[in-house]
Amino acid sequence: MIEVKNISKSFNGRPVLENISMQFDKGKTNLVIGGSGSGKTVLMKCMVGLLEVDAGEIVYDGNNFSSLSFKERKPFRQDIGMLFQGGALFDSLNVEKNIMFPLNMFTNMTLEEKRERVNFCLQRVNLVNVNQLTPSEISGGMKKRVAIARAIAPNPKYLFCDEPNSGLDPKTSIVIDNLIKEITEEYNITTIVNTHDMNSVIEIGDKIVFLFQGKKEWEGTADDILKTEHRELNDFIFASKLAKALKKQS
Amino acid sequence: MNYIFNIGRYWLFMKQLVARPEKFSIYWKQLVRELDNFGYGSMGIVALTSVFMGAVITIQTVYNLVSPLVPMTAVGIVARDSIILEFSPTMMSLVLAGKIGSSIASEIGTMRVTEQIDALEIMGINSSAYLVLPKIVAAMLIFPFVVIISMFLGIAGGWIAGVGAGVISSEIYIRGIQDSFVPYNVTFALIKTVTFAYIITTVSSFYGYYTEGGALEVGQSSTKAVVYSSILILVFDYILTQLLLT
Repeated sequence: MIEVKNISKSFNGRPVLENISMQFDKGKTNLVIGGSGSGKTVLMKCMVGLLEVDAGEIVYDGNNFSSLSFKERKPFRQDIGMLFQGGALFDSLNVEKNIMFPLNMFTNMTLEEKRERVNFCLQRVNLVNVNQLTPSEISGGMKKRVAIARAIAPNPKYLFCDEPNSGLDPKTSIVIDNLIKEITEEYNITTIVNTHDMNSVIEIGDKIVFLFQGKKEWEGTADDILKTEHRELNDFIFASKLAKALKKQS
Repeated sequence: MNYIFNIGRYWLFMKQLVARPEKFSIYWKQLVRELDNFGYGSMGIVALTSVFMGAVITIQTVYNLVSPLVPMTAVGIVARDSIILEFSPTMMSLVLAGKIGSSIASEIGTMRVTEQIDALEIMGINSSAYLVLPKIVAAMLIFPFVVIISMFLGIAGGWIAGVGAGVISSEIYIRGIQDSFVPYNVTFALIKTVTFAYIITTVSSFYGYYTEGGALEVGQSSTKAVVYSSILILVFDYILTQLLLT
């Protein structure tokens, strides 16, 4: 479980996150939604320690992560897997070596064991015969899947996904969403997904938090969101004509 | 104000590099890769520049030696000392600042803007040490060898051009390059080379590491890396010459 307690963050005096508190449960796919510039990515970067919070606490299973030094955070970081918006695969390494990278760094597994783990993770994300390909030789959807495989390779306790569907077609988006959901439940990990993809919200969101202009405006489930009367959330969710028509029908 | 900020940031960046490697074997592999990249990968441009540099120095020295009182062996002496003291360490470092410096800055800069550095940090890896330390060590180890090869090729280029053009005999040129040789000059050249290797790799890595934005900014970082490395090479060339040769 991850708890965010009253965190604030500003850049050059401009507040980006204001007094945000929330809780993300284990074994659940937790979604943070909001428009561009609402503070979703900054919140995620604060949670994983890529940015320092100005105030407040980030607590991982009872441990105050935000108060720890770089060295002290190391054991926690090894429990964190992250899927970046662009995949963030290492260009100079092929798919196999990308997935093997965290295993090389932090385990004493033999090459054979590492290869076995890589193949297992690739199978888990439905990829085969791509081990020797470089990131430039695979599609956007495959990059995301390889990035998920790399994130889950060291058996993380916490999985962070920043806009996992950006740049993907609707069908591939569904594949990625389902994969995230399955992995979360299968390995009982705490998953946090930043998204503004409404399909993800409805399909995989166990818990949804809505950010608006750096503040937490709403919290609930996928069922709640369809019935909400919150004006900003409605404007955000039902922005498209199709979504508006669907809401009218329901 | 920006300069002072960058100087402070540069030293803080240097401080981050002094860390115990997460896994020594990984750093070792990186080091070997960089040694190959900086050494073997630079040989083409180094060989070409050195041979032509030596050739031009020799022909220009012959052209300027108009006094019958100065022996022709002076051509070899001038070519040798110019190449050893200045052209090989400094000119080669400027060439390598262009080739390797821009490559380092754009490689690390691209990693920054595509979140690959963030991915390393998330894994708990000291990204600056992992990416930069092997480059610094590799450059400081391999540049002296590259410069020694450049010295040989430069002197050989002078011989080929001088003898080939018929402006000096092979025997006189060879006697010239053996005459009044001061071994300390090579030591001085290597001290300069190691210093320049440090400047090129750290300055280029610094600009790459703190790239913000996209492709345009990666290009700007690359340009800054080459410009500031070159300026610092020239400044330290003067300082080291003043300190070690006078």
